Amino acid sequence: MLQDLSQYILDIAENSLKAEASRVEIEVFEDTREDFITLRVSDNGTGMDDAQLSAIENPFFTTRTERRVGLGIPFLKQASDTCGGRFEIRSAKGRGTVVEASFKRDCIDCPPLGDIPATIMTLMVGWPERDFLFRYSFDTDLFETGTEELIQVLEDRELLVSPEVALWISRYIEQGIYNLRTGGNESFEENNQP
Amino acid sequence: MKKITSLEDLRKIKEQSKDLTAARSGGKTRIIVGMGTCGIAAGAREVMTAILQELEKRGLTDIAVETTGCIGMCQKEPLVDVIRPGEPRTTYGEVGPGDVPRIIVEHIVNGNIVEDKVVGQTD
Repeated sequence: MLQDLSQYILDIAENSLKAEASRVEIEVFEDTREDFITLRVSDNGTGMDDAQLSAIENPFFTTRTERRVGLGIPFLKQASDTCGGRFEIRSAKGRGTVVEASFKRDCIDCPPLGDIPATIMTLMVGWPERDFLFRYSFDTDLFETGTEELIQVLEDRELLVSPEVALWISRYIEQGIYNLRTGGNESFEENNQP
Repeated sequence: MKKITSLEDLRKIKEQSKDLTAARSGGKTRIIVGMGTCGIAAGAREVMTAILQELEKRGLTDIAVETTGCIGMCQKEPLVDVIRPGEPRTTYGEVGPGDVPRIIVEHIVNGNIVEDKVVGQTD
């Protein structure tokens, strides 16, 4: 089992990148009225045919050759099922894949959100030549950022991997999520002193 | 007053640090973190963050930090490879964020391998 939703997102996005996706969209929706949290990872990678798609929820299916057990997707499905959520993978060969999992927020087994900023930063540093879009919504409020926006400022894709820039990206996303969760009424800096 | 991190701050980082990509080509030391499911579960992402923080703290800009998938030593995750130009590839195992400063100072800066964390070496 992975510990939290941010680790699942990293794991699924790594699958997308191994499937040659040039662009990965990562979305997290929190809905306090319906009391659901939903993750969605969408890519434009190689996609899967029906046989692969039906096999992917099986823990003993993997495309990897070093080790014969694949656990990321079955774990996520199990966690979502346990929490009264919905789990779905849609894929088309040559078009890409969408993985979506929802969780009832008040479920005692609902994994915590975890360190989403570190997940996005790790993806951007690990795969600087690919494009990422991160979208987070809390009820009707939306925070969004991504490679395209950052490169407009940096004017150089290689700067994404510099430690200073990478850590800034992590802080930027951390603040974006924090502002939405607190309705922008509390100071991020005051509440996040080291 | 409320301080907001904005894209304007990113622009300042870019302008103030002209040497962000100094020595970007060739002859660079590489640090590679295993980021397969096994690595993620063992805490590889926290190790990655610790590496970036230590490099920033020490102002080391000529180090390439990369990630890779599962390489088949899952029980030893998190795995971190260090490759200095002209030297064998050193693989460190069961690396925690607390081991990162030592690996960076001893190995990357001073060139001495941190023997007690090594799980393998290849050319």
